[in-house]
Amino acid sequence: MLLIECPWCGPRDEIEFVCGGQAGVSYPPDPFALDDDEWGHYLFVRDNPAGPLAEQWCHTAGCRSWFIVERDTLTQHVLATRKLPEAGEEL
Amino acid sequence: MGTRNASAGDGMPQLADRLWRSAEPAASYDAVIVGAGGHGLAAAYYLATEHGIRNLAVLEHGWLAGGNMARNTAIIRSNYLLEASAALYEHALQLWERMEDDLGQPVLFDQRGVLNLAHTLQEVRDGVRRVEANRLSGIDADWLTPDEVADVCPVVDVSDRLRYPVLGATYQPRAGIAKHDLVAWAYAKRLYDLGVDLIEGCEVTGIETAGGRVSGIATTRGRIATGTVGLAAAGRTSVLTEPLGLALPLQSHPLQALVSELFEPVHPTVVMSNAVHVYVSQAHKGELVLGAGVDGYNGYAQRGSFHVIEEQLAAAIELFPAFAGAHVLRTWAGVVDITPDASPIIDSTPIDGLFVNCGWGTGGFKATPAAGRLFAHTIATGSPHELSRPYVLDRFASGALIDEHGAAAVAH
Ligand SMILES: Cc1cc2nc3c(=O)[nH]c(=O)nc-3n(C[C@H](O)[C@H](O)[C@H](O)COP(=O)(O)OP(=O)(O)OC[C@H]3O[C@@H](n4cnc5c(N)ncnc54)[C@H](O)[C@@H]3O)c2cc1C
Ligand SMILES: [Zn+2]
Repeated sequence: MLLIECPWCGPRDEIEFVCGGQAGVSYPPDPFALDDDEWGHYLFVRDNPAGPLAEQWCHTAGCRSWFIVERDTLTQHVLATRKLPEAGEEL
Repeated sequence: MGTRNASAGDGMPQLADRLWRSAEPAASYDAVIVGAGGHGLAAAYYLATEHGIRNLAVLEHGWLAGGNMARNTAIIRSNYLLEASAALYEHALQLWERMEDDLGQPVLFDQRGVLNLAHTLQEVRDGVRRVEANRLSGIDADWLTPDEVADVCPVVDVSDRLRYPVLGATYQPRAGIAKHDLVAWAYAKRLYDLGVDLIEGCEVTGIETAGGRVSGIATTRGRIATGTVGLAAAGRTSVLTEPLGLALPLQSHPLQALVSELFEPVHPTVVMSNAVHVYVSQAHKGELVLGAGVDGYNGYAQRGSFHVIEEQLAAAIELFPAFAGAHVLRTWAGVVDITPDASPIIDSTPIDGLFVNCGWGTGGFKATPAAGRLFAHTIATGSPHELSRPYVLDRFASGALIDEHGAAAVAH
């Protein structure tokens, strides 16, 4: 069971959350400019490292907010959690 | 329910003392397969027997079948919904039916049937649809009423005591289980007899290219020159392709399973339940074997979260009240590579000489002989076999996905 620190509610058991996959995948600014390969890549390909990965998690059984979890997929350690960046801010 | 007193070897086949030998790496090979799980072994077997490629090595980071091959729950069935999947998995099932003759070793393939329970009206409709689709594809499939479910597997509770009572089930009588380690050993022995090198304790750390094509591989036991590399590395495929700029639509997740102590035979078939979220069979030796879906996050640790085990045990006791007295003996996890459509990828890549067999996720054991045979075809001829043509990488650009989430979520 992972212990995950919600930036709003504090440390809670993993069962209160869902993992929403890689963070920072934004909708293409001009989807019509993409060819099929690029669009397929946007839809279906996500980073899959054996090591640190920034993910978006939602505190579904708590405050229902999305936030960022940095996790090491090799050790399963939660490295850091933080609020989502404001519009225009870097991840 | 009596605990079994007989020794663990009871009913197990007697094998020769030595079946294969782990080889030393040579300086070069015509082709190299990465990963000595079932798929890598089977691919090498078919490269040698159907395509005459014998100057061949299978490289394994750990030990023979130490990945998902000997961690799976060994369920074999072909009752997938879509035509492309039914054709693929039925080809595999037919290869299982003659595997002992092909390989000359026992694999304990036991066609004890598989039940997929339905607990909601929607699941009934989906199940009936799948049975009809399977029949049209020439696959044995029946729709059973709750009473018929109890006839096939008396320990399932089909009463309306359940929060989600059993409303019916799909049944594939030709489905079943095999003993996964015996399967790996049988392939290893055949490869040894064929002169193919199986090299354990040899991690591939890099794939070398020159002018856009494969020229060799770097390993923890030195460089090996080769123009042809076939990846059968399951959950670790992305790690190998990423440095080449080849990002595949794969996510690696922990998938857990567990066994109880040994019992007298009480569970004659395989029972899966998507809604209550567990599947159960009884191994040849007598352990109850339980599993469910993947952990919800990416992970390479061959370890998952405890609540996943807790939930599948609760589900098992709901469906099989008699199992309440059983104990968990061992739990473990593998790392499975999940694609967006829950179907595999068997293809060449934009890098000449590099081939991938991946994305089998939670359900590739049943495909072992077919995956190996089709992958060998792609490697040897450079283009897909008719059966694997739908399973190319391009489907993620064309949109021709093979969505098997219904047949391959909790059910493996
Ligand atoms: C708990 C669990 C239950 C399952 N239940 C079922 C089931 O009931 N039915 C079913 O059909 N499927 C099931 N599966 C899925 C099935 O096990 C896999 O789809 C299948 O085993 C994958 O093919 P493989 O046997 O070749 O993989 P693996 O045995 O995982 O082989 C990959 C090999 O590659 C090696 N490798 C990786 N990277 C490198 C490297 N860099 N260098 C050298 N070697 C490397 C690994 O060490 C590993 O041995 C289950 C899986 C798990 C984990
Ligand atoms: Zn919260």
